[in-house]
Amino acid sequence: MFGYILSRLLQAIVVIFAMSILVFVGVYAIGNPIDVMIDPAATAEIRENLIRQYGLDQPLWRQYLTFLGNVAQGDLGRSMVYNTSVTGLVFSRLPATLELVLVAIGIATLIGIPAGIYAGYRPDSFGAKAIMALSILGFSVPTFWIGMLLIMGFAVQLGWLPSGGRGEVGTFLGIPTSLATSNGWSHVIMPALNLSLFKMGLMIRLTRAGMVEAMQTDYVKFARAQGLPERQIVFQHVLRNISIPVVTIFGLELGSTLAFAVVTESVFNWPGVGKLIIDSILQLDRPVMVTYLILVVILFVIINFTVDIIYARLDPRVRLGGKK
Amino acid sequence: MSNTATDTGDALVGPAAAPMETRTVRLRNFWWDFRQSRVAVLSLVVIVTLLVLSFGAPLVAPQDPYNIAMLEWLDAFLPPGTVGTGGYVHVLGTDNAGRDMLSAIFFGLRTSFTIALSAGALALTIGVTIGLTSAYFGGRIESLLMRIVDLQLSMPAILLALVMVAVLGQGIMQIIIALVFAQYAYFARTTHGAATVERSKDYIEAARSTPLPTHRVLFRHLLPNVMPPLIVVATVQVASAIALEATLSFLGVGLPLTEPSLGSLISNGFRYIHSDRFWLSIYPGIFLMITVVAINLVGDQVRTVLAPRHGR
Repeated sequence: MFGYILSRLLQAIVVIFAMSILVFVGVYAIGNPIDVMIDPAATAEIRENLIRQYGLDQPLWRQYLTFLGNVAQGDLGRSMVYNTSVTGLVFSRLPATLELVLVAIGIATLIGIPAGIYAGYRPDSFGAKAIMALSILGFSVPTFWIGMLLIMGFAVQLGWLPSGGRGEVGTFLGIPTSLATSNGWSHVIMPALNLSLFKMGLMIRLTRAGMVEAMQTDYVKFARAQGLPERQIVFQHVLRNISIPVVTIFGLELGSTLAFAVVTESVFNWPGVGKLIIDSILQLDRPVMVTYLILVVILFVIINFTVDIIYARLDPRVRLGGKK
Repeated sequence: MSNTATDTGDALVGPAAAPMETRTVRLRNFWWDFRQSRVAVLSLVVIVTLLVLSFGAPLVAPQDPYNIAMLEWLDAFLPPGTVGTGGYVHVLGTDNAGRDMLSAIFFGLRTSFTIALSAGALALTIGVTIGLTSAYFGGRIESLLMRIVDLQLSMPAILLALVMVAVLGQGIMQIIIALVFAQYAYFARTTHGAATVERSKDYIEAARSTPLPTHRVLFRHLLPNVMPPLIVVATVQVASAIALEATLSFLGVGLPLTEPSLGSLISNGFRYIHSDRFWLSIYPGIFLMITVVAINLVGDQVRTVLAPRHGR
């Protein structure tokens, strides 16, 4: 087990380095950031100075090493647009994204699981078919389009909810969050619903598939033969058995919810990291792009690593057999 | 190959050289199974109609929306059903530049289809090559290639596409490359899975023992037998490419407004969302939704039809 963890850890580190080189080279080598930052009318001297100041006269490999050295000291560079440290910038935007993702996952779970249970319990009923059709819509219709419809309906036509932005920030248990105020909730509910739709579709399908399979197993037959009420069979026995894969896959999807937040945040003008990365791409703010992309790669590598370890822990074939 | 030798020939070296009759029969069987779902047939009709309308846009559309000389500022923001200065009815209204929305949608759809189909074809080619190679050779090549593919599959497509767009910039070529980068892994994974199963069968063994060159065994013998799951993946991926491209263009990092796709049309209309000019963004969005959902429904039915057949 230890050897397995070690080899996976090494692989993970190699992947992070490979991706950081790819992102660094890609973002830094193509185009010249100086052209964006500087007034075209500036003298050659000012230009030279600026290039030297940012170390852009150095060969690429040395720029990369300097970048790595700075990263090791916790310095990810300065944003060229906001002129603040990138680390500070990303972390100041992170809470907004996290609360959006949290509410979205909450909505997906609260609606998705009961809907999935029902659809799996009575797979041939009209309700189940309607639920499945809706889940297909949740999968295939682009997020930004649904988000736009929500704004048109609830903000523009009905005027019930604000069309975008983050609401008032209060404190809850010492944590500043917009979820502490009712104004904050009125702002978060629509983007969160938008972000949750894809996850909800996934949740419904997972729960339903597990449910359909579980209802045909022997233990359900025995429980019925024993005369247990259906409700007890479903909620005590079946639900417990299907919850493990559902929770696992949902944990994995956390990362992709963060990534999808990019779209929702842009539609609803939500001041999170997703909006930040889009803005930085549009404004060619390279340090922010590099930082965000590398952070996300690290996040996904950590998720994969954890999953690999958990699977190896659960299934001896994985750690002993190596690669099939 | 003569007809009498077909049976033994098929058993030995696979249906690579299947005679025309068998192929037609298979196609007919497939169609018979496919049309069992009315929804799927309707979706297919919708897709074909949209393809004809979009690629025939220069002939069908009432106006060339990119020809600035033909646009009239007096026509700006006409609601749906109004007659403009051109003397014809703007069925879906006009946008801020006086473009006929219906024409803009047909042309935009053409851009969306072009991008999604080229990206799909490229991703298919690359993915199939990687999948076949790794399944056929096995060993280090397989574990390295599949490790990369799995890593990419664990990341959301939108993120991979964003990375590429950030690096490459905007434009049709850039978007296609970004989509290929985000999607080839699905094809590679599927091909690899199916090919691993097929590899161990006798006909491949037989083909390998002949002096046929490797690429011939790969593409003429192995590939036709891994096609069914690939067709399903290709359908779904084209739909998701259309959605992905629209999303990128909506975010402003996709196509510039000079080459609008459905996504950039919606993005343009989104700016007027508070002014009751809903037709600027709603109609391109409806076309986008219909396209994506129809392709997915067809893909769903193809999956159902091919699933039992695969094991036969």
